[in-house]
Amino acid sequence: MNNLPSKDVGALENLLLSGAALSIIGLLIVLPLGVVLKEAFAGGLKLWLESVGDPDARSAIKLTLAVTAVVVPLNVVFGVAAAWALSKFRFKGRSLLLSLVDLPFAVSPVIAGLIFILLFGRHGWMGTWLTDHHIRIVFAVPGIILATLFVTFPFVARELIPLMTEQGSEEEQAALSLGATGWQTFLKVTLPNIKWGLLYGIILCNARAMGEFGAVSVVSGHIRGETNTLPLQVEVLYNEYSFTASFACASLLAGLAIVTLILKTFVELKSGRDAA
Amino acid sequence: MKLSLKEKSVLPGFGLSLGYTVLALSLIVLIPLSALVLRSSELGLAGFIDTLRHPRVLASFQITFLSAFKAALINVVLGVTVAWFLVRGRFPLKRLADALVDLPFALPTAVSGIALTTLFAPNGMLGSALGKLGIKVAFTPTGIMVAMIFIGLPFVIRSVQPALADLNKELEEASRSLGASRFQTLLRVVLPLLSPAILSGFTLAFSRALGEYGSVVFIAGNMPMKTEIASLLIITKLEQFDYAGAAAVAVALLSLSLLAILLINLLQARTTRYLGN
Repeated sequence: MNNLPSKDVGALENLLLSGAALSIIGLLIVLPLGVVLKEAFAGGLKLWLESVGDPDARSAIKLTLAVTAVVVPLNVVFGVAAAWALSKFRFKGRSLLLSLVDLPFAVSPVIAGLIFILLFGRHGWMGTWLTDHHIRIVFAVPGIILATLFVTFPFVARELIPLMTEQGSEEEQAALSLGATGWQTFLKVTLPNIKWGLLYGIILCNARAMGEFGAVSVVSGHIRGETNTLPLQVEVLYNEYSFTASFACASLLAGLAIVTLILKTFVELKSGRDAA
Repeated sequence: MKLSLKEKSVLPGFGLSLGYTVLALSLIVLIPLSALVLRSSELGLAGFIDTLRHPRVLASFQITFLSAFKAALINVVLGVTVAWFLVRGRFPLKRLADALVDLPFALPTAVSGIALTTLFAPNGMLGSALGKLGIKVAFTPTGIMVAMIFIGLPFVIRSVQPALADLNKELEEASRSLGASRFQTLLRVVLPLLSPAILSGFTLAFSRALGEYGSVVFIAGNMPMKTEIASLLIITKLEQFDYAGAAAVAVALLSLSLLAILLINLLQARTTRYLGN
């Protein structure tokens, strides 16, 4: 195939390159992951089970799952609606709206938490009104949901917008001209076309929703057994020097990360996304 | 001709989808963010500047921006190496290595934070080895940089990788056949062609590092004036119920990072235009 005397990458060069790249991946990526698992099981399986089964840890797991169960579907609805409007139509202000959808990615997680304190905190704008009506938003579950919603807001939309823009709307126009209703067109034509992109967005959104730390840390108030999500539980235990228990909770989140990477790779292969 | 804000389309659902998008965006993102700007304006311009000129605030900005900048530079070197390997190297488990590269994205930041701290602590696996060489990482500015390298590395790799895969091989072959060495070809032909992708990876890594909290806060040590990052200072001000002060620091951090991104994007546009000619 190749007439040139020099091969693509020579054997020595390949060795040096692979050595350098694998050391970087090994030291910076594999080693931290390994440390989490090593420390989590440092006290044996029994201690790990005890740490994970601790009532506070269990309530943190439940809260994390509950928040994710609210946030991910909301972001799917938003992502699909935003992608439909922004990819199938051309209108004034479209490019502004495109950049606004991405805005939460440019905002530091701590600032994402801060804005909800400024609105709903005791000294916030609506603080007095909320106190008078006995409604708690920050330092309670609604605040955690809002902050998580903010940081995961663009995930589904930014997967779907380029995909649906590229696909155009000829297939939808054909379905409509054959008499399908709008919803039928969406469900039978658009949805099958975007399913892998949608799934990809959901996987990333889910991972971030379960693992979010900075934003949630600001609005949660760290009340044990009540407003601690799993990442916050990791922090609380670590700061109390309960390292094994902290790493046991962290190992659950590391497992989540590994599952996310596997699913992501699977979707990339399925959708023919050229990742390698 | 009728003046219209939208091009004609036979597809339905424009009003509904656009309306919902704008409503959700306003409620979740725009109105809360405007609270930030309005709240910091309560201080007045003089109060705003006074808050930011406080030595502790200035020190935290310096450490945050400097560490993020250094980390992004180091990530360019590391990221280009790994991307090169993923595109052109030969290794049996390359697909696995490729998937692992996204781990810093997928791992919750608190987990990365405690893992890096344990590794680089004076009695940790890497920390004790480096300690013998007289290098302290955890609880020093170097630790902040290490965490920022970890969190930013995938951005550079994932920016450079597709650009490298699309690179026109003929240009390299032409350079080689005209007598340039491999190294000269790399330096004079390949790297300039990759520079827009490298710049965009640098920007993404840099801006992520500026706002990073979870993976940095454990390893940083959090000493005021020395190893306190801007994000942490915002939290400290909140805990002291200094809402306007926290908002002022946040507005400054947000505007400075948007400004930095804008500058690098302009630079990138110029490089792309230069290469296009």
